[in-house]
Amino acid sequence: MKPAICLEGVSKKYDQIVALRDASFTVSKGEVFGIVGPSGAGKSTILRIVDLLEAPTEGKLLIDGQYVVANSVRAEAVRRKIGMVLQKPVVLNRSVANNLGYSLMIRGWNEDRIAEVVDAELRRLGLNGRRKTNARNLSGGEMQRLCFARAAIHDPSILLLDEFAANLDPTNVALLENQVQEFIRKDPNRTVVIVTHNMFQAKRMCTRIALIWDGEIVEIADRKKFFESPDDARTAAFVGGESIY
Amino acid sequence: MISTGSELLDVTLLSLYVSGMATILGSAIGIPLGALIGLKEFGGKGAVKTLTYTLYGFPPVLSGLVVYYVFSRAGPLGDLGILFTPTAMIIAETFLVIPLVTGITITSVVEVDRSIKDTVKALGASSSQSIVTVMREAWVGLVMACMIGFGRVIAEVGAAYLVGGNIDGETRVLTTAIMLETRMGHFEWAMSLGIVLLSVALMVFLFLRLLQEREML
Ligand SMILES: Nc1ncnc2c1ncn2[C@@H]1O[C@H](COP(=O)(O)OP(=O)(O)OP(=O)(O)O)[C@@H](O)[C@H]1O
Ligand SMILES: [Mg+2]
Repeated sequence: MKPAICLEGVSKKYDQIVALRDASFTVSKGEVFGIVGPSGAGKSTILRIVDLLEAPTEGKLLIDGQYVVANSVRAEAVRRKIGMVLQKPVVLNRSVANNLGYSLMIRGWNEDRIAEVVDAELRRLGLNGRRKTNARNLSGGEMQRLCFARAAIHDPSILLLDEFAANLDPTNVALLENQVQEFIRKDPNRTVVIVTHNMFQAKRMCTRIALIWDGEIVEIADRKKFFESPDDARTAAFVGGESIY
Repeated sequence: MISTGSELLDVTLLSLYVSGMATILGSAIGIPLGALIGLKEFGGKGAVKTLTYTLYGFPPVLSGLVVYYVFSRAGPLGDLGILFTPTAMIIAETFLVIPLVTGITITSVVEVDRSIKDTVKALGASSSQSIVTVMREAWVGLVMACMIGFGRVIAEVGAAYLVGGNIDGETRVLTTAIMLETRMGHFEWAMSLGIVLLSVALMVFLFLRLLQEREML
């Protein structure tokens, strides 16, 4: 399996806080990699570093086998192959259709092609009737679905999802989860990383899962092992505690 | 003095033209400049910001003086012969607009939420595309910058008087006309001109307000 994402001893400090401590792991192409852990553990920090939004204080990052540094010229090109849904869903102050088209517009697609792809996506989202509404007027859940669609519309090879279904009803969660599965099935060179609080979701979707605790990676294991016979007592406690509800 | 309706119209239109052009030019320079200062990281950024904010108080008469010198016969650009023309007035007024528009733009783009800036980057925007998108998100602030810039120049008299010369039928604008009428003891006339000035400003502000509130699609 070819590596898609590789962290080598990555740490991130903010003033006094160490958000991430010496993290090293590799995510291969074709994987749906899960990151779980308590609030404030450093899950979003990992995703933000992988998307080159944040530079690590120490350590190195490889995407598709090549070292990349945040804020470099190459970082922009690398980031264009990645789709990311940030933890806080944010829509731009423009119409629903233009929010979707934004990812394509900045990649220099021609207008006809954008219109075509956006049109298909709007129908899939069930938002075609509201294409001309300002996206700020959408409901929280609609915004979240829009943000997901907008991140994936340009066919990225890596999809980073930070609590991508947190505010949704079960039907819509299932819908988005199916879209992720479909995304990964379509092409064996694609990779997905999911940050989630929802153990059931991790169990449903992920091939491998990492538990992160207080900035440290406690354990990384295949799904079965992670849920059934983890090495670390903290993993057992976390998995057990969460599955009560 | 202004004695006919058509003279009043000319003076009013010239006021609008000079202030409007200065606002457009000053904004065309100040908005991109402010966005760059606000969004790019560079050494001495704090000092540049402080300088910009300090220039909010730049005295109009000083701007007039500099432009006067530059375009006066002995000045470096004296050959252009534009002193005492509306063009010279526009130039002097533009310098008054630039710091205000730049400063308010800086504040507006800096205030755009970090989550929006992150989203734009995460969607794949290059750094110049990010700047343009963040400027658009700061739309309300940018229009506000234009309003304040216009407000400053439509109301100002020092620079207009100095480089325009208040020439009847050529460079007389509402503010300089009011000055003249007052000096001549025509208080009622001066007051009426003041009301015209206020009405003109009000109309422009209403227009900009509509622009500001326009729904983005
Ligand atoms: N820009 C920042 N400045 C200072 N501290 C930060 C910053 N970003 C994150 N942190 C801190 O780093 C730590 C890890 O944050 P992170 O967002 O990665 O947590 P998380 O695991 O995603 O939590 P949650 O599940 O609540 O989203 C937290 O203590 C947070 O307060
Ligand atoms: Mg988080």
